[in-house]
Amino acid sequence: MKPYRDLLSHTVSALEPSGIRKYFDLLDSMEDVISLTVGQPDFITPWHIRVAGIESLEAGRTYYTSNSGLLSLRESISNYLHRRFGLSYDPKSEITVTVGGSEAIDAAVRAITDPGDEIIIPVPCFVCYEPIVRMAGGTPVLVETTAKDSFKLTAEALRAAITDKTKLLILPFPNNPTGAILDRSDLESIAEVLRGTDILVLSDEIYAELTYGKRHVSIASVEGMRERTVIASGFSKSYAMTGWRLGYVCAPTEISREIFKVHQYAIMCAPTTSQYAAIEALDAGDGDIEMMRSEYDRRRRYIVDGLNSIGLRCFSPEGAFYVWPYIGGAGMGCEKFCERLLYEAGVAIVPGTAFGACGEGYARISYAYSVAHIDKALKKIKGFTESL
Amino acid sequence: MNEILNLIENDARLTSEQIAVMLGKETGDVRDMIEKCEKDGVILGYRAVIDWDKTDREYATAFIEVKITPQRDRGFDRIAERIYRYPEVKSLYLMSGSYDLACIIEGRTMKEVAYFVAQKLAPLEDIVSTATHFVLRKYKSDGIVFGAVEEDMRGNDFI
Repeated sequence: MKPYRDLLSHTVSALEPSGIRKYFDLLDSMEDVISLTVGQPDFITPWHIRVAGIESLEAGRTYYTSNSGLLSLRESISNYLHRRFGLSYDPKSEITVTVGGSEAIDAAVRAITDPGDEIIIPVPCFVCYEPIVRMAGGTPVLVETTAKDSFKLTAEALRAAITDKTKLLILPFPNNPTGAILDRSDLESIAEVLRGTDILVLSDEIYAELTYGKRHVSIASVEGMRERTVIASGFSKSYAMTGWRLGYVCAPTEISREIFKVHQYAIMCAPTTSQYAAIEALDAGDGDIEMMRSEYDRRRRYIVDGLNSIGLRCFSPEGAFYVWPYIGGAGMGCEKFCERLLYEAGVAIVPGTAFGACGEGYARISYAYSVAHIDKALKKIKGFTESL
Repeated sequence: MNEILNLIENDARLTSEQIAVMLGKETGDVRDMIEKCEKDGVILGYRAVIDWDKTDREYATAFIEVKITPQRDRGFDRIAERIYRYPEVKSLYLMSGSYDLACIIEGRTMKEVAYFVAQKLAPLEDIVSTATHFVLRKYKSDGIVFGAVEEDMRGNDFI
């Protein structure tokens, strides 16, 4: 037999596994580390939502649902999007229930991309877009967002990245890892660039419920954008339901039809138990969202204040549950900084380069932890920076 | 104000500085607000929540249903006062429904609690009857689950 590298997909072989192997191997080998690394809520799914899942099992609802998801769930999603964000999607033809927001992104990218198409991705960002685009045969075109622009995608940067091969813009706001959001005026100027082009938009709105001070605005609600927009979202972050693996993708009928095919052949349907739980979440969970959001907001203020007082300059995030402090002032690369912080102070944060080369000089710190935990970590980070 | 109270109800050890940062307020304002609440009797105390089952201390708790004859002009308040003055009475509520007062009594042993009910409580004037229910196990009290130790099961994955 030939060497494996000749037997396997060259596209997949060329992908790096996510993260900084050395750093995370070290982290896994250490005990009593105060970790601020995770990208998921520390809340447990609210009990009434868990009960809905349990009751569906008791009632024997263990079969596949329709491929696009339970109609009653799609109706609840439609109502929810209208109630919370003023969006209108037809439950019968424009909504597909997926296995998490991740599958929504993957199915949308695959439904849109042909080999050679250029896909614009603002960076730093969630680590999955680029590999998904590559696996779909597309060419990622990375557009860097900077602290100067509060890590927003600007109209100028977008315009400069567009070529006649540009097929899709991925719009990941509220942003992981920077915490940046785009408000209506930001979206208006991006829409201005897109009008008159044939470029589609994949708006990843998984953190839409976690914005602080301002409500999230979807680009689909900006004039002329709905027809070209695909929204990927899900239940993981807003309802603390990461393990249920449930998301959805909304798009005009003609786009949805193609996304649906990818989903149908790859997945068949999202987990049935999770779908029943999600109906309860959407219909009776607005209060849970508010409770978690205000808790994150307090932690956000706490950690931003703490980091700034330590001297780690910190852009004040307006969404998600991450801060993205500048750590380049310590005069070493971010991986070195994080490695030493882990070794010398026992605190784990994610080196910025885990989110692409442009993350050099930064680190992602999650505040999906209790204030007491954050407080302990801040004290140790302070001790570490003072020792440098 | 309620936001501050919610925070310290959940964790009384938060300092005014911490609360101010979390809520985006001035430390002095938070401190003043808390002092005012203490003065006005809105905040009545600060306590630790202790699971005594994990210590060697013996104790028994009972929930007593009390039926009484309300007094003309004075209603239930006077008899309630006669009851809650006893230090053995941990909580006392006026209830709607088939009995009048719900009384939570704590003592060192079941015998001690039973003695208190028989000797102190039941003989009180205006008390028509009592029904004593002993607590066998405390699962949750004031929003806190007893016996469970929270553990972060999320792992270190950063995606």
